[in-house]
Amino acid sequence: MNFLLEGVCKIGETGRSLASFGGGFLRSVYRYGVLAKQTISRIHLLFKNPDITISHMFNLGIESVPLVSIIALFLGSVTVTQAVYQMSGFIPMRYLGVLVCKSIVTELGPVITAMVFAGRVATGIAAEIGSMKTSEQLDAMQVLILDPIRYLIVPKTAACVIMLPVLTIWAEFLAFIGAIVTVVLTVDVTLFTYLSGLRLFFNAHDVFIGVSKTMVFGAIVAITGAHFGFEAKGGAEGVGNATTKAVVTSAVLILVFDFIIALLVL
Amino acid sequence: MLKIEHLKKHFGNQVVLDDINLEIKKGQITCIIGQSGSGKTVLFRHIIGLIFPDGGRILLDKEVISYPNMKPSEFKKSRKRFGILFQGAALFDSMSVGENLAFPLREHTNLTTEEIDKIIGESLEMVGLREEFKTKMPSELSGGMRSRVGLARAIVMKPEIMLYDEPTSALDPIMTDKINDLILSLREKLGMTSIVVTHDIGSAYKIADKIAMIHEGKIIFDGTPAEIRKSRNPYIQQFIRGQRKLHYAVEEEGSYAGTFNLNRLRQENPAERKFRMPQRSESEKPEMEAGRNDEE
Repeated sequence: MNFLLEGVCKIGETGRSLASFGGGFLRSVYRYGVLAKQTISRIHLLFKNPDITISHMFNLGIESVPLVSIIALFLGSVTVTQAVYQMSGFIPMRYLGVLVCKSIVTELGPVITAMVFAGRVATGIAAEIGSMKTSEQLDAMQVLILDPIRYLIVPKTAACVIMLPVLTIWAEFLAFIGAIVTVVLTVDVTLFTYLSGLRLFFNAHDVFIGVSKTMVFGAIVAITGAHFGFEAKGGAEGVGNATTKAVVTSAVLILVFDFIIALLVL
Repeated sequence: MLKIEHLKKHFGNQVVLDDINLEIKKGQITCIIGQSGSGKTVLFRHIIGLIFPDGGRILLDKEVISYPNMKPSEFKKSRKRFGILFQGAALFDSMSVGENLAFPLREHTNLTTEEIDKIIGESLEMVGLREEFKTKMPSELSGGMRSRVGLARAIVMKPEIMLYDEPTSALDPIMTDKINDLILSLREKLGMTSIVVTHDIGSAYKIADKIAMIHEGKIIFDGTPAEIRKSRNPYIQQFIRGQRKLHYAVEEEGSYAGTFNLNRLRQENPAERKFRMPQRSESEKPEMEAGRNDEE
């Protein structure tokens, strides 16, 4: 009898924990949605303080260039190496350029750049907002009637939406350079064959779609970082947790939205 | 000027404010004192509209400014009348001292850059800082200087009511005294009504016209510094004397029923059953004395 009662209690406790977790998750999703809505509804106020956005474009975008550049160069090289390995013995090497071009332009370039950007920027935003919250700076803004979303989140979101496509174009350019260097140095394919392959099925529409979707990824990175910054509780540990959650959630949302955009557009 | 009526607030099962009633008169400095966790910061956050009550209301010049289920945007109009110095000053890290002070002026007024510069200079002077501090970043300032800059930022918009949240808690005694003098001098110069939330009883004695003491979410004392010194409430005496345990004499059982429940305290703290009772028998005396020695 006791055994049965204990079992019922454990099931009840597990159910309660699950309900509590589910409730917390749904509340967080709701607050994320509200923050996204509030950010979008204030986007017109951006032009009243363009200097803040410009400084964020530099801090978040231009300062990401070295990291993105290194990753893009190796991305091109790895794509070529993997493509050669997969194609050997099955597909003629004149299609190597096609495979590399399509992979980089449609998926690898935008998604990997967005992921790297999220790793650097979403964490930075979450840490900044989180530490502002714990040191009462957000409260100070509120009592001075300075809307934190308008002055902190909107300029950062705009900077991310503008700069991530620019970074993606730069990353794709460097990935092609990396790919060419790898082809020349390590693969038994002439540069002429490779470049002919590149041009064979090149479609400007792919580049447009690939770069455009990074605008959505940019907004995701900024809003996710801000959301977890606002949710941060406690001191340094709370801010640390916020940054971890920001980067993980950004990565997941980038892939989810990549899939949704692919379904809608392709 | 500011009236708090039957204010109630709970977080989950925990009742933080339980029927708070308090009146703050124009031009006075009112200190709200109490132990950590007594509810004074929650009361402070209600006054400045960062949280809203579950029951009761707050009136400013007979106009209700805070009530249950209020939308935060409705508080915006009243907010302009408050100036706030947060614990640790809450300066914006990414801005210089000058930018910190200019930010609210730039966003809420149509003043020219020269006029804003002039106001910043005056505000810094009022808190005893030179104009050269304008270019410094908050990270370059000491705790006392940060408090002064926070104060300068709070007064740039010329508030009617100034609120201070633990203004001296992280400062050394000399700087504490300077900040206290500053609070007094700002009242003299600007005629502001001031509310100071603190647990520093020394500062409260120095600056307060009125002291309100909060304990377990209730106001247990509301009077002048002279009156609090004379209070016979054991808990108040424990607090103002900084004693670790309650062992102050009471004259009559139940004489503080309105503000302090002796029986409940005894039930919760069996170790404290050594209050001096009226008509105590001779046999009990040694035990009481032993208890006192133990305390010391």
